[in-house]
Amino acid sequence: MSQALEIPSRPAIDLFGALKSGALAAIVAFGLFSLLIGVRTDQGPTGALQIEPRLIALGVICAVAFVGGFARALLAGERLDFASYVPEQIKVAAAQVGRYFGLALLAFALIEPVIFYNNRYILDLGILVLTYVMLGWGLNIVVGLAGLLDLGYVAFYAVGAYSYALLATSFGWSFWICLPIAGFLAACWGVMLGFPVLRLRGDYLAIVTLAFGEIIRLVLLNWQSLTGGPNGVSGIPRPSFFGIPFADEENGFAATFGLEYSPTHRVVFLYYLILALALVTNWVTLRLRRLPIGRAWEALREDEIACRSLGINTTTTKLTAFAMGAMFGGIAGSFFATRQGFISPESFTFSESALVLAIVVLGGMGSQLGVAVAAFAMLGAFELFREFSQYRMLVFGLAMVLIMIWRPRGLVATRTPSVFLGKFKEVPAEAVAEARQ
Amino acid sequence: MEYFCQQLINGLALGSIYGLIAIGYTMVYGIVGMINFAHGDIFMVGAFIALIAFLGLVAIGVTAIPLALFLVLLIAMAISALYGQVVERIAYRPLRHSFRLAPLISAIGMSIILQNYVQVAQGARVKPLPPLIQGGYTLLESESFPVQVSNVQIIIVVTTVVLMAIFSWLVANTRLGRDMRACEQDLKMAALVGVDTDRTISLTFVVGAALAAVAGLMYLLYYGVIDFFIGFVAGVKAFTAAVLGGIGSLPGAMLGGLLIGLIETFWSAYFSIEYKDVAAFSVLVIVLIFLPTGILGRPEIEKV
Amino acid sequence: MSASADPILNVEHLSMHFGGLIAVDDLSFAAQRGHITALIGPNGAGKTTVFNCITGFYHPSVGMIRLAHADGTTYLLERLLDFRIAKLARVARTFQNIRLFAGMTVLENLLVAQHNPLMRASGLTVLGLLGLSVYRHAESAAIDKAKFWLDRVGLIRRADDPAGDLPYGEQRRVEIARAMCTDPVLLCLDEPAAGLNPRESAELNELLLGMRAEHKTSILLIEHDMSVVMGISDRVVVLDYGVKIFDGTAADVRNDPKVIAAYLGVEDEEVEQVEAEVGL
Repeated sequence: MSQALEIPSRPAIDLFGALKSGALAAIVAFGLFSLLIGVRTDQGPTGALQIEPRLIALGVICAVAFVGGFARALLAGERLDFASYVPEQIKVAAAQVGRYFGLALLAFALIEPVIFYNNRYILDLGILVLTYVMLGWGLNIVVGLAGLLDLGYVAFYAVGAYSYALLATSFGWSFWICLPIAGFLAACWGVMLGFPVLRLRGDYLAIVTLAFGEIIRLVLLNWQSLTGGPNGVSGIPRPSFFGIPFADEENGFAATFGLEYSPTHRVVFLYYLILALALVTNWVTLRLRRLPIGRAWEALREDEIACRSLGINTTTTKLTAFAMGAMFGGIAGSFFATRQGFISPESFTFSESALVLAIVVLGGMGSQLGVAVAAFAMLGAFELFREFSQYRMLVFGLAMVLIMIWRPRGLVATRTPSVFLGKFKEVPAEAVAEARQ
Repeated sequence: MEYFCQQLINGLALGSIYGLIAIGYTMVYGIVGMINFAHGDIFMVGAFIALIAFLGLVAIGVTAIPLALFLVLLIAMAISALYGQVVERIAYRPLRHSFRLAPLISAIGMSIILQNYVQVAQGARVKPLPPLIQGGYTLLESESFPVQVSNVQIIIVVTTVVLMAIFSWLVANTRLGRDMRACEQDLKMAALVGVDTDRTISLTFVVGAALAAVAGLMYLLYYGVIDFFIGFVAGVKAFTAAVLGGIGSLPGAMLGGLLIGLIETFWSAYFSIEYKDVAAFSVLVIVLIFLPTGILGRPEIEKV
Repeated sequence: MSASADPILNVEHLSMHFGGLIAVDDLSFAAQRGHITALIGPNGAGKTTVFNCITGFYHPSVGMIRLAHADGTTYLLERLLDFRIAKLARVARTFQNIRLFAGMTVLENLLVAQHNPLMRASGLTVLGLLGLSVYRHAESAAIDKAKFWLDRVGLIRRADDPAGDLPYGEQRRVEIARAMCTDPVLLCLDEPAAGLNPRESAELNELLLGMRAEHKTSILLIEHDMSVVMGISDRVVVLDYGVKIFDGTAADVRNDPKVIAAYLGVEDEEVEQVEAEVGL
């Protein structure tokens, strides 16, 4: 019966072709790296540069390139579909778990300080991760929901941190007063920075926001009388437990609650503080998504002209997105200032903006959970590579490129609609527009 | 008055360097509509390659400066061109039909990779080079402030002019140039009429990278010191130049470069040197807000 | 047709230049309230340009566009921003290349259309954030209105599907439903029948006639599909190279020699004669 149908045989493995590919890759690698890796320059005793060959490193890299080119050519015929190797039951089970993943993560975050109470390192790491989660959620409003490419988010982080620091050190107000003021100031900056760039789109908007971020950093660096210049602002008061200081005193936190004094108390308090701030950011964002403003943000991302034709004032919509994102960035900045006790312009470079943007894009689609997971993954990876601090940023850059090539829409594959009539259906990633405007 | 003239000369020399880098930005944006964030770092890589090539040539005995510099120029252009090609193949081509944000992030990632790769490979310290080209001419004798133009500055401007001439001829008269212009107008249509768009786009990146390498060598000769971070700021300024001159326009890129060089030099000379980068970034913001098509660019009308 | 003229839209001496190119040249016409007015003409005649001027996406070089509501308020559209025209003057439009929010569901698309009343009800978001019932009531009223229009265009069962997933004809209907959710007094449709087969065109005719009858919406439409134009238009305005060459009823338009010349051309021998007639 099946005589008529001929199944084509697999093409023979082209060894020679693969060797050629490998050789080509090795030659290209040699061309690229011969000078920069093959030769090392260092300042000698006289101050002039001296060079030294580093042929082994060069040889290794070319060999790796050869193997890589060879392997890639060999596998070119095969479509490596890893997903097909996973049995169906496991996939179904994974999907089920996925739904509760967010809750599980939240539960873990809540009890983390209890589990790791004695591990100061983990507590600090937790605080760091949560700070970036909050930053990610803040930028998510601008980039993920409204589709506005903002490469200068660090500016609002800086404004929040410096506002808080200057208010606290100059006027001595408490954290709880300075925090909303700093958030408000950051929001004002958001509007000011957003206003001139309303008509810009896509890459142009990105680079102008990058320029803004750099301008603010340079001003902070050079305006010594106001900001202390490169020395920054120090002596920022630490937070108190609603008025009760975390000190080894009679009216200190430990004494008041009958506990033995430990510096860990303040750290745990800081942890829960940032957790609370982040959760508020999350809650506000989720609610806003179901309100007209949130829908307008997403519609703006999809098609700005259609929005205008429906009577939506896209100017105020964009400005609100900037302002909200900036406010949360500023609040995170205030937290950062009080946690460190000292801030300087060095903490507010473009790399920070790039990192937060990478977190948002990796998370995908304006998804809150995606952003949280991405922050966790990125910072966790950063910490793991702590020993290789030189290579850390290199790997970060590499990761950014690879992730864009592999999964440009991010980890989360679907968008959750904000309202539904009958059946709840997720919107697939490919359908959702992003930052085209 | 003499001070002004001197700053004018300095500004033009600096502006030529920015102009060479700006050409790469404007060509790439014109064809594929993306800002090549890593372009500034290609400039930095070019500078490093020039430095190492020069030291290498000296080590193997090529001590005649003009010959050495000429060889260095060729080597730097060739290797930077290779970098441009590889970056495009790895980081941009797979994402060409993807969403707007993806090549941007990829470019930022590439920029980070290049900066840190050079930092790891050569160390984070600055790399100095003793001045190779000395001397100059005094244009205006004066008691207070003689106006001088150094040989380096002359070489920079002359090289830039020559390269611009070659490049303009290339774009106007060769097949490649015609293909580039076609791809810039309408990529899909160019593909449909038989232009090899992949190759044209690759060559655009390659030529841009080669010109950036020349800029890198010039920078090295002019300032005498380089480090792995020079690409970031120079990149933003060169992009500002491209936008100021009119994105997609070659003479615009050069004009923009000269203007930015002049603005930066005069700002440093007359106002404040610490804020000179702020001045350049502010120009970018102002131009994009008030004159997004630039001086020589074509206004775009959007179809509704 | 009513005996007394009650124009809802008055276009007077509208011209649109793009540099040296004159896209619309001294166009004047009126669209009557409650009527369906068709704007037709060969490709490139400037019809969408006229729409863009009316709806504020282009700023006319010369001319006046007056919109009169039934209660007497008038708006000068050539001076208003595009979104204000939609919001205040209540002119809605659809687009030649469908502009739906592809990544949002159909229902969400229709809710976005009701942005302004919902924003007011949510007290500029603040009340909504606090979860007060005034917003909840407004939202469910908005959902009801969306359901009503989805039902009218026959797409209620697609309410939760991503808008980008729908086939072309259904997307066009969603766009119309979305425009109607803004409660417009004038609905501008740019080629609503493009890509529809004859049955779908007939359904479109029914829909538009129903909208005119029940909701008293005035409709201005650009169309190439003559079955739609002849079937439902009360008035037809013909453009050719930016100039109006005919303004009358659907019955008269098919016999007008200038219109025929514009669409079909003329015999070689007649060229000079027609040119003289047309005024070239």
